[in-house]
Amino acid sequence: MRQTIVRDVSGLPTYGFGPRSGPWWGAMGFMALEGMGFAIAIGAYLYLYAVNPSWPIGASPPDLWPGTAEVVLYLLSIIPNEYTSRVAHRYDLSKVRIGLVVMSLIGIALLVLRGFEFAHLNTRWDNTAYGSIVWLILGLHTTHLATDLGDTVVLTVLMFTRHATPRRFGDVADNVFYWNFVVLAWLPLYLLLDWVPRL
Amino acid sequence: MAADPNELRDDVLSGFQLSQQLERIWRTPSGLLGALMSVDHKVIGRRYIVTAFVFLLLGGVLAMLMRIQLAGPEQTFLSADKYNQIFTMHGSTMMFLFAVPVMEAFAVYLVPLMVGTRNIAFPRLNAFSYWMFLFGGCFLWISFALNVGPDVGWFAYVPLSSLQFTPTKRPDVWAQMITFTEVAALAVSVEIVVTVFKLRAPGMTLDRIPLFVWAMLVTSFLVMFAMPSIMVASTSLILDRLVNTRFYDPSSGGHPLLWQHLFWFFGHPEVYIIFIPGTGMVSAILATFARRPVIGYPVVILSLIATGFLSFGLWVHHMFVTGLPQLGAGLFTASSMLIAVPSGLQIFCWLATLWDGRPVYRTPLLFVLGFIVIFVLGGLSGVMVASVPIDTQVHDTYFVVAHFHYVLIGGAVFPLIGAVYYWFPKITGRMLGERLGRWNFWLAFIGFNVAFFPMHILGLIGMPRRVYTYPAGMDWAHLNLLASGGSFIFALSFALLLINVFYSARKGALAGDNPWNASTLEWATSSPPPPQNFDRIPVVKHRDPLWADSESLPVVAGLSAERREVLLTSLAEAEPQTREASPKPSIWPLLAAIATTIFFIGSIFTPWAVLWGTPPMAIALIGWFWPTGSKEDEE
Repeated sequence: MRQTIVRDVSGLPTYGFGPRSGPWWGAMGFMALEGMGFAIAIGAYLYLYAVNPSWPIGASPPDLWPGTAEVVLYLLSIIPNEYTSRVAHRYDLSKVRIGLVVMSLIGIALLVLRGFEFAHLNTRWDNTAYGSIVWLILGLHTTHLATDLGDTVVLTVLMFTRHATPRRFGDVADNVFYWNFVVLAWLPLYLLLDWVPRL
Repeated sequence: MAADPNELRDDVLSGFQLSQQLERIWRTPSGLLGALMSVDHKVIGRRYIVTAFVFLLLGGVLAMLMRIQLAGPEQTFLSADKYNQIFTMHGSTMMFLFAVPVMEAFAVYLVPLMVGTRNIAFPRLNAFSYWMFLFGGCFLWISFALNVGPDVGWFAYVPLSSLQFTPTKRPDVWAQMITFTEVAALAVSVEIVVTVFKLRAPGMTLDRIPLFVWAMLVTSFLVMFAMPSIMVASTSLILDRLVNTRFYDPSSGGHPLLWQHLFWFFGHPEVYIIFIPGTGMVSAILATFARRPVIGYPVVILSLIATGFLSFGLWVHHMFVTGLPQLGAGLFTASSMLIAVPSGLQIFCWLATLWDGRPVYRTPLLFVLGFIVIFVLGGLSGVMVASVPIDTQVHDTYFVVAHFHYVLIGGAVFPLIGAVYYWFPKITGRMLGERLGRWNFWLAFIGFNVAFFPMHILGLIGMPRRVYTYPAGMDWAHLNLLASGGSFIFALSFALLLINVFYSARKGALAGDNPWNASTLEWATSSPPPPQNFDRIPVVKHRDPLWADSESLPVVAGLSAERREVLLTSLAEAEPQTREASPKPSIWPLLAAIATTIFFIGSIFTPWAVLWGTPPMAIALIGWFWPTGSKEDEE
């Protein structure tokens, strides 16, 4: 077929932020399906809650302090997270480095807190169906936390190498975006795991 | 970053020079290592299609074995244990290793061409997805060869699949095969969504997207929202069996029906994950051979979306005999009947298109007509079993077997074989033989109906499914013999298809770019398409671009001719936004898939696999994403 050039796109940028970039939509897609995973796990919890006459089964509710401390830290982490996003949009390499280091440290702190939370669930996965679903949900969220932390650490290292090219700032913005999902996912899970057994 | 003024672009090159230069950048490296590194959606799509068809043949052989066993009463051709493994393997293979993957495979091959771009979004994820699918399928079949094939049915109900009642590794193999294939399917779905959202050719607004692409978009969303449920299910089953969790143990607060809810919340949309791509194929084929656009384009799209939503509200109709509250039964009966409405609307649109068109009865259209007849019959028996009293009567009988084979083979396999005839010329550059094609169709149509129609009657007179034999006095022998005879005719039709494919791939008539005079963009490039798909990205001004102007193609210029680059456009209007780099071939997706496979298979034997299996996966993923310093990675 004969081709007729009707448009020139050579002036377009070679990467974009947010909805203008491919990876942002990819992150959206994965957040949607992982969010569905959380929703299904919550549904399974509530199903078991509904069919059992007493809840929690054969255990006292989880101790409140680890989950609550996590909520506080998660919510506070939004501040350095958003800061990282802003400086990434301004291509400010030294500030992006600071932001990423802080976010990595916060991730590590949360992972340590998560260890305490497992220890204070007051049930084991093999005690009852209650214990099983609680460990499953907490494990699912911990996988997200650990994966995002791994991603943040790798990106932090990358930004200290020669590969810290302008395009990488878009990756930083996508990483920030995904962290918000990890934070948002935790809030309903905290209510479910720590408060529903106290109803 | 703004454009580099020194970069070589496709506006200063043209014709053969441009083709050669782009081919050099986009081609898959030669040699074995090159093949293992490929990220070309056409290469991976082809592999995906071929692998899925191999699994179809394997699943088909199992079906034949079952039909031999059931052809007469009290036969001993297969033992009860072997039969249990075989029907489980048949269902699992057909659903998880054939039907879903083959539809995604066609999308992987066709969607980037149909939306006018150079590669799928996230090409390395695409490669990873294929390897996961391949390894998961091999895992299941090697296990079967070692007599560890699952034997608990394709929906693996607890308590049968629990450790107490099946203390072998067979259900673990089933559950972990699910994890493999779901990872693969979820990855492809995200790729398709992003390809359709962001990589469409300029001007391809939402109401100019080809119907097949719409169908694959809706399917991808279904996969994204349905498959997490089966992943939670299969994971919790493995945990129950490996580390003594209590999800399904009633003595510790667990509940067997939780399994059925989780399974069918996935399992019912699964039917539409298989069927909706079939409708997309039908719409594509029908428009071409009726020589006019499908009537009611917006109606078809809204029907697809409505089907997608409604498919999540029917799962409980698989559980009518578990004892539901009356309100629940009523609600799910109503929603099950409701979903017939959008499917019916699509059928009327297709009939109207045929009515108003000038149909050319080539093989692809014959399969579409076969689809309409068989699928409508399957839909009717579906409306029957949507009603609780009828379902209670025929539950777990051959009536249900007849129903879902009418729906799945009619709704998906007939369009699929039509699609093979239709797109084979694009994929290979050669036409499939028409005379063999007609034999193929008539044997398939007659064989299918002779095989499966009698099963309705067998079910109504009480023959249960999943029995390895039956006593002579039940009066089921004649109909079973008939069904077995039909199934062999049906199998013969697939043999003809294979012969046709092998012969035509070498000796078939040359196809040219657009042998059917079709209207969508995949026919605007050569057959088979070059590695870069299009020398210049097309600009779309019409819903049927090649019918609007069959002589010249409006295109954009200005993309890089030095590195792999794709054009990103806005979501609704498809206005050009950025020129984004597209990844080069890489071995890391294969290594990541191998690491994941070790992790998955290890974790059905010991929970510690989660610990020692993670570092190799992490290393592979870091290797995957670490920039190599190439132009694709740095700009």
